Amino acid sequence: MALVTQSKKACTVNPLKMSQPIGGALAFMGVAGCMPVLHGSQGCTSFGLVLFVRHFREAIPLQTTAMNEVATILGGLDNIEQSILNIVKRANPQVIGICSTGVTETKGDDVDGYLKLFRKRHPELADLGIVYVSTPDFKDAFQDGFAKAVTKLVEEFVPRYETPPQKAPQKVNVLAGCHLTPGDIDELRDVIECFGLQPIFLPDLSGSLDGHIPEDFTPTTLGGVSRADIGEMGKAGWTLAIGEQMRDAAVALEARAGVPFALFDRLTGLAANDAFVSFLSKISGRPAPLKLRRQRGQLVDAMLDGHFHFGAKRIAIGAEPDLLWSVGSFLREMGAEIVAAVTTTSSPLLAKFPSNEVLIGDLEDLEQRAGDADLLITHAHGRQAAERLGAPLYRLGLPTFDRLGAAHEVTVGYRGSRNLIFAIGNIFIAQAHEPNPESWRQTFASDGHTDLTTPGPQLVQIEPVA
Amino acid sequence: MTTLANKIQDVFNEPGCGKNQGKSEKERKKGCTKQLAPGAAAGGCAFDGAKIALQPITDVAHLVHGPIACEGNSWDNRGAKSSDSSLYRTGFTTDIGENDVVFGGEKRLFKSIKEIVDKYDPPAVFVYQTCVPAMTGDDIEAVCKAAAAKFNKPVVPVISPGFVGPKNLGNKLAGEAILDYVIGTMEPEYTTPYDINIIGEYNLAGELWQVKPLLDELGIRILACISGDAKYREVASSHRARAAMMVCSKAMINVARKMEERYGIPFFEGSFYGIGDMSDSLREISRLLIERGAPQELMARTEAVIAREEVRAWERIAPYTARLTGKRVLLITGGVKSWSVVAALQEAGMEIAGTSVKKSTKEDKERIKELMGQDAHMIDDMTPREMYKMLKEARADIMLSGGRSQFVALKAKMPWLDINQERHHAYAGYEGMVELVAEIDKALSNPVWAQVRLPAPWEETSWEERATKAIEAEAASLAADPEKAEAHRRARKICSCRDVSLGAIEDAIASKNLDSVAAVGAELGAGTGCGGCQEKIAAILGEKAGAGAIPASIAA
Repeated sequence: MALVTQSKKACTVNPLKMSQPIGGALAFMGVAGCMPVLHGSQGCTSFGLVLFVRHFREAIPLQTTAMNEVATILGGLDNIEQSILNIVKRANPQVIGICSTGVTETKGDDVDGYLKLFRKRHPELADLGIVYVSTPDFKDAFQDGFAKAVTKLVEEFVPRYETPPQKAPQKVNVLAGCHLTPGDIDELRDVIECFGLQPIFLPDLSGSLDGHIPEDFTPTTLGGVSRADIGEMGKAGWTLAIGEQMRDAAVALEARAGVPFALFDRLTGLAANDAFVSFLSKISGRPAPLKLRRQRGQLVDAMLDGHFHFGAKRIAIGAEPDLLWSVGSFLREMGAEIVAAVTTTSSPLLAKFPSNEVLIGDLEDLEQRAGDADLLITHAHGRQAAERLGAPLYRLGLPTFDRLGAAHEVTVGYRGSRNLIFAIGNIFIAQAHEPNPESWRQTFASDGHTDLTTPGPQLVQIEPVA
Repeated sequence: MTTLANKIQDVFNEPGCGKNQGKSEKERKKGCTKQLAPGAAAGGCAFDGAKIALQPITDVAHLVHGPIACEGNSWDNRGAKSSDSSLYRTGFTTDIGENDVVFGGEKRLFKSIKEIVDKYDPPAVFVYQTCVPAMTGDDIEAVCKAAAAKFNKPVVPVISPGFVGPKNLGNKLAGEAILDYVIGTMEPEYTTPYDINIIGEYNLAGELWQVKPLLDELGIRILACISGDAKYREVASSHRARAAMMVCSKAMINVARKMEERYGIPFFEGSFYGIGDMSDSLREISRLLIERGAPQELMARTEAVIAREEVRAWERIAPYTARLTGKRVLLITGGVKSWSVVAALQEAGMEIAGTSVKKSTKEDKERIKELMGQDAHMIDDMTPREMYKMLKEARADIMLSGGRSQFVALKAKMPWLDINQERHHAYAGYEGMVELVAEIDKALSNPVWAQVRLPAPWEETSWEERATKAIEAEAASLAADPEKAEAHRRARKICSCRDVSLGAIEDAIASKNLDSVAAVGAELGAGTGCGGCQEKIAAILGEKAGAGAIPASIAA
């Protein structure tokens, strides 16, 4: 149980947090044939673009309404209209996802109104999906922007049914929070399909940002969930919401189409995955397949083998709420102590987190609280703090720009949990200090006891050797 | 008789070994090692034992003459720490091939020594004999002698091929090698009345350094530690010490005793494990040094350090004692440390649920009994299933053992702590005891146990439950059927070497009026193998004498 506090500082130093609009943009990147657009000045997009390119090492589709000084003052109707027309002409997307930014929110652009006007003016583009989400930079964080965009995708593309439609029980919707990597989504798909279920992921970054080489050049997203599939989500038997952040989207889906949902606040750790697997077994009516049983056994074994290295280890974590909750809770279950937890935005999970305090703050706060931590876990920007602290850094979350394969890190499922134990346990093993002759020599001034050393020279009597 | 056979006989004749003195001439010839049972043996060979004993000498090149298995499969896997050279961790082996087996590997060995001398120039090269060259007849001693002369450097043959016996024998053969070739071959730069040797301490995980600062504080100099963090020169000039402490049970008793015999260095057997033992060891060191001429005032200073350290240790253990009091520990380890660890754990408020005496000497067993009183529940050759049963019945909260038996505890999802030589934590001295208690507390309080004990969602019954049911069913069937229970009781094996059951012994005692262990041995062979079951036979004889000749069950 943690006391949730907000940093009182005026000045954020070494930010942990990233902005809402690019969170929204990432969600749109998991939709097929989509072009995410930030409604703001072009710098808003370019910073986001660079961040994603460095993290995923992929071409990133991300456009801008390129608000200039005049448009910013007078309103962005023209820019919205022009950007949509240009994007259609150049990229021919099926969906355009628009996120507002600090600039346009400060001015107070009524983008919903603009889009109504646009629809009237351009009946020829009636088939184009346009989703707008309000994501001011000056409020909330990356995770919130992502969650809001997913909710808007549901509201925009899932029809509202007066009476719930006929369900296809083998179909399940999976609302995948932004703490899941493309690798995580692949892993979950694998687990869910084990039970004969057909999952539809929203969003589905595993199709778009999994680092595959596309057949031909596409200016939009390379893959992801199609608009048509989103439209069918109302007919699924269940919705699995992965991450507390997906609750609003799940509620929206239930309200529109009567699809019941189950929320899994984390899928890292043994009990968490047991609950997930039990649920899948229940809704599919199938027993857990041998493959998963073996994976569970491997995780238990990894926990037993690994706990020696985690016991009483002091870990400082900085991550967005759902990622913090997933990984931090599991590390605690492995015996580690979370000595510092810093996150980006509020969440009902924070108060339940297994540390004394969860601070909504920055990496400077994390660094100050990390003290003598054995390990720092945060995104790649933690590297400077880790260096100053002399502690190893385990890179977790976005952005991870100085390591390969960030998109394929898997921390969910029995397998992902097992791999996380190995990755972090190996850091501890590598850090194990070597003892030396001075390791246990006491300085007695510190604990109030007396040093009884007798001066040396009188003791050493040189004797002739026979 | 070959030199090796002589050497082994010599080692077996060890007069310093209490157990040995209790044996008849005939028994002594058989040696002090249990006959290894094919298919049921676990543990290292004599080569392993020799390497363990000598490898901690840090600046020496340890060259293993044999096929790749002996060094290739085992190198740099022991936790002996060095304050200086890391040459001892470099794996040197002749890696002999078919040609060497057919034509002999002496040339390859000689060349290997040359290469080591050329490239590393160590103060000495230790050459370890292994099984294959021992079989093909490579004359290691001759090669070493030639190499020593040629390179003007000590080249020490360590004759301990794996097949001659277990690790413990290898420890002693290693001791013989340094007695013959190293100790007494150099002189120290100077000596003091405070010079001691510590024999049988390997500085695992740096344990010597948990003790050394206190000796430094008292002005006591470790002239040589044999062999933890030792340099060749120190071992070679160790014959000038005034006194010696022999650590680690009987592993290197031959070194301690022969150094007493040859150089007049008195020794005592002590332990650095446990607060009381540590204090006793410091006192003994001072007492022996004073006997050998050190000033009397040393004892007062020793007592002052002991008093301070005991207070400090208790202060630091106190925060854990509340949580650990009443916790039950199952201790499965070689004889080496059983009794000393027992004392230490009791100091922290814990109870001993049981302890193995697999490798303990009779004397070790006595000490365990003395320390644990009536509660002694020693477990001889416990099978994994028995260990599991014991853990499962919550008679133990944690198991302390060597690396190999850990998986029984872990698969039973019980906390476990490594206390044998592969361990990473140092548990010696006052510092080490605080560390041990902290580690036990850490293991017991880890929330992982609650997690891993969760049943799998698809499991209606776990294997633990099935095992428990099977155990209960067996107990119930025995309780319901006295005949079966009696048969079960009588079927208990007493002598593993000669495969003699309790029933056979009871019948023989009853029908032939046997009244001594020797008589039982003559009749059935029981107790004439390794001798480990003689105590049990004596107990059966005692019981029969008390209850009358006819077993109650048969009379009824």
